[in-house]
Order: sequence, then structure tokens, then C-alpha cells
Amino acid sequence: MNKWFNPRSAFGVTLIAVALLGLPFVAAMGGQAWVRILDFAILYVFLALGLNIVVGYAGLLDLGYIAFYAVGAYTWALLASPHFGLHLPIWVILPIGAALACIAGVLLGSPTLKLRGDYLAIVTLGFGEIVRIFMNNLNAPVNITNGPQGITLIDPVAFGDFKFSGNTQLFGLTLSGPMKYYYLLVALAILVVIINLRLQNSRIGRAWQAIREDEIAAKAVGINTRNIKLLAFAMGASFGGIAGGVFAAMQGFVSPESFSLMESIMILAMVVLGGMGHIPGVILGAVLLSILPEALRYGVGPIQMALFGKMMVDPESLRMLVFGLALVLVMRFKPAGLWPSPERKRELGEKQAEGKA
Amino acid sequence: MSTNLPSTLLEAKAVAKHFGGVKALRDVSLTIRRGEIYGLIGPNGAGKTTFFNCMTGLYVPDGGAFTFDGAPLVADAPQHAAARGIARTFQNIRLFGNMTALENVMVGRHVRTRAGVIGAMLNTSATRAEEAAIRQRAIDLLHYVRIEDRADDLAKNLSYGDQRRLEIARALATEPKLLCLDEPAAGMNATETEELRELIEGIRHDGTTILLIEHDVKLVMGLCDRVAVLDYGALVIEDVPAVVQKDQRVIEAYLGA
Repeated sequence: MNKWFNPRSAFGVTLIAVALLGLPFVAAMGGQAWVRILDFAILYVFLALGLNIVVGYAGLLDLGYIAFYAVGAYTWALLASPHFGLHLPIWVILPIGAALACIAGVLLGSPTLKLRGDYLAIVTLGFGEIVRIFMNNLNAPVNITNGPQGITLIDPVAFGDFKFSGNTQLFGLTLSGPMKYYYLLVALAILVVIINLRLQNSRIGRAWQAIREDEIAAKAVGINTRNIKLLAFAMGASFGGIAGGVFAAMQGFVSPESFSLMESIMILAMVVLGGMGHIPGVILGAVLLSILPEALRYGVGPIQMALFGKMMVDPESLRMLVFGLALVLVMRFKPAGLWPSPERKRELGEKQAEGKA
Repeated sequence: MSTNLPSTLLEAKAVAKHFGGVKALRDVSLTIRRGEIYGLIGPNGAGKTTFFNCMTGLYVPDGGAFTFDGAPLVADAPQHAAARGIARTFQNIRLFGNMTALENVMVGRHVRTRAGVIGAMLNTSATRAEEAAIRQRAIDLLHYVRIEDRADDLAKNLSYGDQRRLEIARALATEPKLLCLDEPAAGMNATETEELRELIEGIRHDGTTILLIEHDVKLVMGLCDRVAVLDYGALVIEDVPAVVQKDQRVIEAYLGA
């Protein structure tokens, strides 16, 4: 399918493995903040690949994806923090978080089965906001989510005595908390890549794509479009739930403002910009879109100082300006995404050739 | 054919459908026998496609009932019709454009296969075996309709005639007992129509009953064992082509025009 992911190319796999293993040490030279940025990049890869199932494969435009992330994050926060005095282990919380997110996915999916495109986007957008507002207000009459203050002192990921927060000495190397999370997240991301790849070329994956292409024709060949669509929502939501759990543990803190509409849009932008339905493209989109704003945050200020000797524009607003411009340029010159699937690329190439003729 | 009298495959009894005040189907009753090519003709707007859609579950009829293969056909959802053994093609070709020709046919195997999400994620040996069987069957079907050299092309990049063939291959992948073709010769030239005719006869020869909706009267009369004529949503006549062609009502409604 793709030479980078071809297991026969052992050299490529080794190269990627070494790069992935060494990356946090390189980043750590610039400070732990960069390792944390890497952590979030991988977390977004995970999220974007989950959303890719819903948007890229099944073609269901979901603008409320962050809601499932929120469900997973709050599940972890409530079951592993002093808030309720519960400290359950990871292999209990993560499945519960994934299952609750999955149920939320089906809850969102069932009333929207007949909607497509813009209409579905509006409903899912509303759903995402509902979940966030729930989290914001569920502190009275019974305090469940602690409202806008959020939940603090959340347990880190731990396997037995091995905690993912704080420093650990291993083989003479000092591993910081963010570095350990990095390896955990990479392992999870590899898992979700494999699942995505396998689903893509499976009976269910083809059924998703068939629904995306033509729902009536899909029904005519006997696909139960209702169940298959719900399955897409449920699968995507479960991945969101798992990512949310890891996010809560990594941050040690959750509050409703982490789950705003902007986050949903960012994840969708990663999928669309990278190349919808194409796994390497989605990964690229997620990495770029999560690192670029951070790089700009650190880069814009010093560059201005060097060029003009003073701050012309507030770095924060310039950062979003450059970011927005980048999005517009990509959509203008690479409408199928930065790294589209070979089929899609070919098709767009043909269109351009026709246009010139 | 006539030495061994074929039993009934599909029976429509007084099927009615109206859209608001328009009576698209008025108590249409007809019988399709096993192993025959059955033609359904009529002027534009006569209700041919509506009948088709009622039978394949895309519309819910307002009255009447279908019996298919010895059991009632509950026309509530198209996927059930496919599972029972009714496959169809569309008047305005409906392929999965951004999937390859091969994938299109593989989707057609969906209803006859089982693999679920868990099997796919774990890549179990059962899943892999089924996947290989699906692929092989799809390749065979592409050979059958003679577009095997286009297997890896996107469906939407195929020529018009090849798209028709691909749609038939996809329908055959569901292992239908009854294959319904909605105006397959529309927009085809004489050569393509002749090739299509050979293909349809081949499919019937291999044991699939065919319901053919067609505007091309020459094709229908030459190909079909029996023909039904619809006009203004009502059945005018159902008989062998020789009789239908001479029927005064048919000539007035359709052929004479």
C-alpha cells in the first residue's frame, strides 16, 4: 500500500523506529516543554486517526469529536483522583472510558443517521457543545464534575509501581515524565495505525467507504447502513475516549475549557489538511498542526526582535495569523490535503490536466 | 425452456404506490418465473422504476404484496431485499466512484460474508481466508463481465459501457436469484448494446433470473421470454413478445408513438 509502512522494507521500519526512539532526547535538549509538545503531537495523531474512521472512511462530517475525548478525560479524572477518592488502575479506567465514549458515540449517531454533510456537521457541533456545557454545570446540585474549576490532582498513568510522572532512572538514562508518556503514546499511536490499516482493507472498511460514496447503492448491495454508520461513530468515539483518558492522566488536571469547539475543528483540520482517509497524510496533518502553532509561539517573538529590534506585533496574534494563512494556502494549492492517497492524487491530477486542455 | 416448466420466482399482487395525488402504480400484478428474462416496458413515467423501487425496498408500497422465492417479501429496507437474493442496477449508474473497480465488486460480497470489526482488527485467520475468497470472487466476476484489465482503476474513471458492466458485476457479487437491470442499454451504441445482450443472455444461461426494464424495444423483444407493459401505472398486458407486439393497446400506448 505504502512503501513507508511496508513491513518488507525492514530498513525503513528500523529507521522510523530509531527516529521515534531518539526523538524525545533530541527534543529534551531544547527543554522539557518541547517533549511535552511532542507528546501532544502524538496524542493528536491518535485523535485524528480516530476521527479519520468517521470522516475519512465513512464520510460523516463530525464537528463534535472532542466530546468523546472529554468523556474519556472526565472518566479518568473522576475514577482516579481525590475528587471522589477513587484511584482505580489503568486497565479498569481506560476500558470504562472507551466504553462510555462508545455509548456517547452511539447516542450521537442514532438520531443523526439520516443526516449528511452540513446538516450532520451542525448536529454534531451542537452535541460537542452540549457535552462541554454539561461538564461546566454538573457541579450542582450534586458536585460531579466540579464545574469550571475542573478536577485536579489526577493520578498519572501507572503500571504497578511504575509511574509515568516524575523522573526514572533506566539503563543509565534519566527519563522524565513527558518522555515516558511519549513512549506510551507512540505505542498507542502505532496500535491505532495498525487498527486503521486493517479496518481500511476489511469488509467493514469497504462498507464504510461505500456509504461515503453512495448510500443508496450501498443499501442496494445489502449493506445495513444504519448499523455500519453507528459502528463508525462507535469506533471513532472509543479512540477519542482512550485519548481523553491519557490526556487527563498526563495533564493531571481537566477542565471544560480544554474541550471547546476550536479543538474539534483543529482535529478535523488535521484530517482534512493531511489527506482524508489516507493514514500517512492524517499523521502528517496531526503532527504539523499541533507543532506548527507551538513553533510559531517560540519563533515569532525572537524573529521580530532580530528583524526590527522591537516587537511590532503581539506574538500571540501573529501566531494565529500565520497559522490561518498556512491553512488557506494548503487548501488553495493542495485541495486533497498535503499527502493524499495515491488514487485521490491521480484523480486531482487528471482534473488539472483537463482544465489546462 | 418449455420442456421443464419453471416455477414462480417473484409474484406481485395488486401493488400500489402513490406520491401525493399521483398514482404511480395502480394495482400491478405480475409473475416472474424462475430462469426467464422478463421485460418490463412502458413510456416515460409509466411506473417501471417505481415498481422496481417498491420491489427492492427503496419505496414502501401503499398496497399489495410481493412473494419472492416462496416467502413474502417484506419491502421495508433495501438491504433485506439483497439478502433475500434480489440485486439491482440503477438507471443512472450508481457506483462507488472513488473506489477501484475491484473494490466495488468486493463491496457486493458484503451481504454474503461475515467478518466484523473485531476479526478485522485482530486479523484472524478466518478473516484473512474470507478476505482472500472475497477478492478472488471479485476478480472472477470482473473477468465474467470482461473488464478485468480495469480492476485497479477508480470506478468513476471507467468508460460508460464499462461502468454498466461493473454495476452488473457488483450486483452479481451478491449472488442474486433475481437480477434487476434498470435501463442497462440507455445511452449505448449498437455495438455496446449487442455486447450487453450477450452478457445478459450469458447470465441467464448461468442460472440467474433477470428482470429487464428497457426503452430499447428491439432489445427487449429479442431478448425477453415474456414482457409486461405498464402505462399510467397500470399493467396493460403480460405475455410473450410476439403477442405483446401485436396488442392494439400496446401499440397505441407505446410502440406506435
